[in-house]
Amino acid sequence: MADITQLEAFVTQVRRDIVRQVHKVNSGHPGGSLGCAEFLVALYQHVLQRKEGFNMDGNQEDIFFLSNGHISPVFYSVLARSGYFPVEELNTFRLLNSRLQGHPTTHEGLPGIRIASGSLGQGISVAIGAAAAKKLNNDNHIVYALCGDGELQEGQNWEAIMYGSGNKVDNLIVAVDLNGQQIDGSTDTVLPLGDVKGKFEAFGWDVVTIEQGNDIQAILEGMESAKTKTGQGKPICVLLQTVMGNGVDFMMHTHAWHGKAPNDEQLASALAQNPETLGDY
Amino acid sequence: MKTYIDTGKKDTRSGFGAGLTELGKTNENVVALCADLTGSLKMDAFKANHPERFFQVGIAEANMMGMAAGLTIGGKIPFTGTFANFSTGRVYDQIRQSIAYSGKNVKICASHAGVTLGEDGATHQILEDLGLMKMLPGMTVINTCDYNQTKAATIAIADYDGPVYLRFGRPKVANFTPENGSFTIGKAVELQEGTDVTIIATGHLVWEALEACKTLQEKGISAGVINIHTIKPLDAAAILKSVAITGCVVTAEEHNYLGGLGESVSRILAENHPVPQEFVATQDTFGESGTPDQLMEKYGLNAAAIVKAATKVVARK
Repeated sequence: MADITQLEAFVTQVRRDIVRQVHKVNSGHPGGSLGCAEFLVALYQHVLQRKEGFNMDGNQEDIFFLSNGHISPVFYSVLARSGYFPVEELNTFRLLNSRLQGHPTTHEGLPGIRIASGSLGQGISVAIGAAAAKKLNNDNHIVYALCGDGELQEGQNWEAIMYGSGNKVDNLIVAVDLNGQQIDGSTDTVLPLGDVKGKFEAFGWDVVTIEQGNDIQAILEGMESAKTKTGQGKPICVLLQTVMGNGVDFMMHTHAWHGKAPNDEQLASALAQNPETLGDY
Repeated sequence: MKTYIDTGKKDTRSGFGAGLTELGKTNENVVALCADLTGSLKMDAFKANHPERFFQVGIAEANMMGMAAGLTIGGKIPFTGTFANFSTGRVYDQIRQSIAYSGKNVKICASHAGVTLGEDGATHQILEDLGLMKMLPGMTVINTCDYNQTKAATIAIADYDGPVYLRFGRPKVANFTPENGSFTIGKAVELQEGTDVTIIATGHLVWEALEACKTLQEKGISAGVINIHTIKPLDAAAILKSVAITGCVVTAEEHNYLGGLGESVSRILAENHPVPQEFVATQDTFGESGTPDQLMEKYGLNAAAIVKAATKVVARK
């Protein structure tokens, strides 16, 4: 059983890491990062069956792909605090010669990253390929991916989604961060996504909805439910209903903080709302 | 002058198919993906022999490139197959981010390149693909000249760890390189030694260059012919060695003169040994419908065009 209190404390520290990384270089994407903090902490600290260390092929372990690469601050924080690279390296986020590029990449050899992402809409395809490799290797572990909801406006996703059900890619769980926001405004005003659940179901996927996508307990239950649906001939979609900017009051319920860094006073406020738990880098 | 014998016209895409068939038997990590053109790419035998390692992705090339990148994670060596246009221009960003920047061991195998695709016309006749692919950091770019060399290249790239663009074509052309010959990525093949002009050719233009060489000899011009099967990395040493003797160059390719082999050769020359150069290539234009021979004639991509360019460049020395 997971220790919910411990995971929540982990999340609080990750929130601090996110706003501190973005503040230091006055750039980056805090909104979506904060919204997915609980999910990524739950994934790396409980859901994924991971091996010690990092091996690109990820044989005989669960592997994860981040498709919406702009939420790199949360990804880097969770990877570092899960042991993939030194936590102090978060100090180098977006700096020259850093392994922590603005968007995640394999190019600089950062452990934990298996594909470059940032140009949107490519992650589900990559995850399907990796899932196919696992089947060829008789590896029964699961491939996970996360993509944004605005990202579903990219057509490549629907090529991949059609392939996934048509070819029974049932060792794949794709989470969609349904926060309803994108750079130019709400998804409803930019390009309405319509009935996302209905669309995935119409494409032949099993869908699990996590209504409280910022609640650790709800995430763990939802992901457990998703896991039980693997191996049954269908890929699984997890609709993760989150609040962009969650955990920092002035960043919540708006697209304004999608790609904007807090100033000194805003940083102080964000940190005061999230006291240090695991120790700052 | 060496003599080269056409052992019977064959399409280079069938060389790819034969190479892939052999790889299927010899390398269990090789997998193949195709976007609804299995017959055109000659991938039927691989599909029949290894259905579990063959991925029919449908008319969805972007997904195919992403899947290929993903398949490398787990140790597979994916070969993607579709027309050159859909292998490059349609999916440039997928190749750029998920394959090239991510450093994935994907072999992008592209048929029906250039105007020799023929009657389907300009929508399908890409003349910009070499430029697109050679611009990508870390991408190896290969354009083979006949059936035997395409088969050899297909087999060779499986042993190379890194992204490769392998370009070949649709029409049946002379098959003259050795059967089961060796193929070394990045190593040019000097087919003729010459003293007056160096003809540097790639793909379908290599045989045309050999034909041009014979005509030029009758005119008293001694032409060297270099087969550049690997456009990136380019074998600068082989080019400079010949140019040191001849002092002028004709490049020949079934591609736009902008961004193709000719420009890569120009850079080598400008940096090391500037000499006159003429470009046998398409002149910043789209293609059109017609038979392959008609199109090669109209767009100046045959032996006659090479002879004309060689005569001109020799006079410029």
